[in-house]
Amino acid sequence: MIISRKTFLRATGFSLLVAAGKKLGVVFADAAQNAAFAPSRALTAGRWAMLVDISKCLEKEDCTKCIQACDRSHNVPEFTEPAHQVKWIWKASFENVFPSQQHDYVMDRLKEKPVLALCNHCSEPPCVRVCPTQATWKRADGIVMMDWHRCIGCRYCMAACPYGSRSFNWLDPRPHIAKLNPDFPTRTKGVVEKCNFCEERLAKGQLPACVEACPQKAMVFGDLDDPNSQVRELLRSRYTIQRKPELGTKPEIFYIV
Amino acid sequence: MFMLEKALVGGRKYWIWILCLFAIIGLGFLSYLRQLNYGLGITGMSRDVTWGLYIAQFTFLVGVAASAVMVVLPYYLHNFKAFGKITILGEFLAISAVIMCMLLIFVDMGQPTRVLNVLLYPTPNSLMFWDMISLGGYLALNATIALVTLSAERKGIAPPRWIRPVIILSIPWAVSIHTVTAFLYSGLPGRSFWLTAILAPRFLASAFASGPALLILLSLAIRGLTRYDVGREAIRKLAVILTYAMITNVFFLLMEVFTAFYSRLPEHMEHFQYLFAGLQGHALLVPWMWTSVTLALVSLVLLIVPATRNHESILPLTCVTVFTSLWIDKGLGLIVGGFVPSPLGAITEYSPTLPEVLITLGVWAVGFLMVTVFYKIALSVREVTAPWVSLRGGESI
Amino acid sequence: MRDKGIIYTVLIVFLGLITAPFSYNLIAGRTSKGPEIKLPVSEKNCVAPTEYMKESHMKLLVAWRDDLVRRNIRTFTAFDGKSYNIGLSSTCLANCHTSKADFCDRCHNYVGVQGPYCMDCHIDPKLTKGSRP
Repeated sequence: MIISRKTFLRATGFSLLVAAGKKLGVVFADAAQNAAFAPSRALTAGRWAMLVDISKCLEKEDCTKCIQACDRSHNVPEFTEPAHQVKWIWKASFENVFPSQQHDYVMDRLKEKPVLALCNHCSEPPCVRVCPTQATWKRADGIVMMDWHRCIGCRYCMAACPYGSRSFNWLDPRPHIAKLNPDFPTRTKGVVEKCNFCEERLAKGQLPACVEACPQKAMVFGDLDDPNSQVRELLRSRYTIQRKPELGTKPEIFYIV
Repeated sequence: MFMLEKALVGGRKYWIWILCLFAIIGLGFLSYLRQLNYGLGITGMSRDVTWGLYIAQFTFLVGVAASAVMVVLPYYLHNFKAFGKITILGEFLAISAVIMCMLLIFVDMGQPTRVLNVLLYPTPNSLMFWDMISLGGYLALNATIALVTLSAERKGIAPPRWIRPVIILSIPWAVSIHTVTAFLYSGLPGRSFWLTAILAPRFLASAFASGPALLILLSLAIRGLTRYDVGREAIRKLAVILTYAMITNVFFLLMEVFTAFYSRLPEHMEHFQYLFAGLQGHALLVPWMWTSVTLALVSLVLLIVPATRNHESILPLTCVTVFTSLWIDKGLGLIVGGFVPSPLGAITEYSPTLPEVLITLGVWAVGFLMVTVFYKIALSVREVTAPWVSLRGGESI
Repeated sequence: MRDKGIIYTVLIVFLGLITAPFSYNLIAGRTSKGPEIKLPVSEKNCVAPTEYMKESHMKLLVAWRDDLVRRNIRTFTAFDGKSYNIGLSSTCLANCHTSKADFCDRCHNYVGVQGPYCMDCHIDPKLTKGSRP
């Protein structure tokens, strides 16, 4: 049977449409199958925030339990070369953590003393504003999240962060991890990482690793939107400072001096 | 296709040049494979200085790409006939520069296989998204313009009328690509060295000086190697444009210095102090920056004095001086200076490593290769259609 | 035909080369029997029908990944009503497909799938510290 070109093209087009429709149908079926919900014991909040009591922390100046807990639970690699360091939470001197509070006559108790620094999980995060792939975004509960599957490693977020909270994997991190925690993935070379407020632990009903590990109970973690939370109570009664407040980033980490 | 066959014909000098370029490209490519395998740790970048030679060179080359507007605008918008023979050279330089920019972004990425994520997940609040759009659009515009006008020339007919609005569009688009690049830096609240409204105007001024400088050098080289002479008036006019752009650029830099040092804001002074005097004993870039300033001042004198500006033997030296000065300023000082000191006050110095330099040289060689091939094609077409034979009898390439 | 000899020789060599994959397998004693995979022992039910898993497990994994990381959806309800915690290492590998080498890798190697680089980051629970599959 000889068919005309027009008929042939029409038939081909129609069958392609049917095939595409079938594929779409499968996609929607998949989506329907994925009906899911969050487990009931997860910790939820309107806006997660953390309070760090510097005085309590300074009572044990050489303590690094929070840093160790974070590094362990998140497979944070240890690089000896300072240029390639990856750190989620670390200690820096008071003057460097609070340059806005700096002057030549800082009190002896705080002068050049180590203070905890970590991602501020800002309410107005510059890093989220600049990420070209939405590999970092602000969750509804306030956590500035990272998706290591999507990050292209452009390091624009690192340039944008006014606090130096982000680290890049300049090399393959796996050989530099002392003990692998199988409950959390490692990252690969070429992606940016930072503190994630232990969102995976919050989902299991646990507090962040650093908060739990602190022997001084110097860190308080809670919901800013809950007026009765411990965080809010402390904020009402104690004087707190933030890092570089003049930048308008509205950090969610508060420090009691 | 694209008249590529015209680039496959050439004399000995031509092929030796092409071979050298391929050798440099090969070296760069091998270094890049090493970088892919080892990670970006093979470069001199660090946790504090997260952008280095690649992005700095990218910033500089976006300027060179945008500078084509300096010949396109007078010729197409204001009918300045003297630029008739130089416009195509400017457009091809722009195309090559944009390709170099895209390559430099690619080699700087930590996960280059995911580069399409920028298009798959468009993020209008990110300047980097707009950078990709504007650079891609500029490449498409210039490639279309060059192809259409050159094809029409080859056939001996006038180009189609729809190309004129495309050419007019490329003028504000050229300004926009460099403005967007400047916005990458000038919108970051934590980097006070870049957080200035004058950054975009500074970028444009230095672009409109470095681009024409390179274009003059290329035109003079073409004149020496072939029979294609863009004309004395074109060179002189471009030199005048270069002069005004360089004056503006130096003026803008002095504005920045005043604001920083009269206000005495530590955040603003520190970066200049690091670059020009050293901070806490770290002074790696100081000799570079003073060289850049000296070259800029020398070039200003040579440019402003008409006798030296129009002197055919001195002008190429002046152009080299301008180009080098701005290359150091934008292609090294501006980016690294923004990262030192870090947000926590740390001073981490940066110097590129050998693999980093080889990869960058490889990208430059790709650019030069494209310029060579494009110019060969354009000149071959013009030699046939309108043989402008100068009284110089040089050997043809 | 003057070049009969050359033509026939080259033709025979060409035929030999083009049928080489088949003859190689014949000589090596390989059959078209598929890979022998070790099914999970602890769990009897799969999270989705077998045919679907064979075809689209990568699609499922990507959907889970985006659900978990980007939308904080942490559990998945299978077609048989059972709910699972989403996690490549903690659920898929730890609870069900306990030996990646005997299950996932067997099929992947057979069809020559190099696979996406999931295991660059996600940890195979069977491995000791610092190593990688």
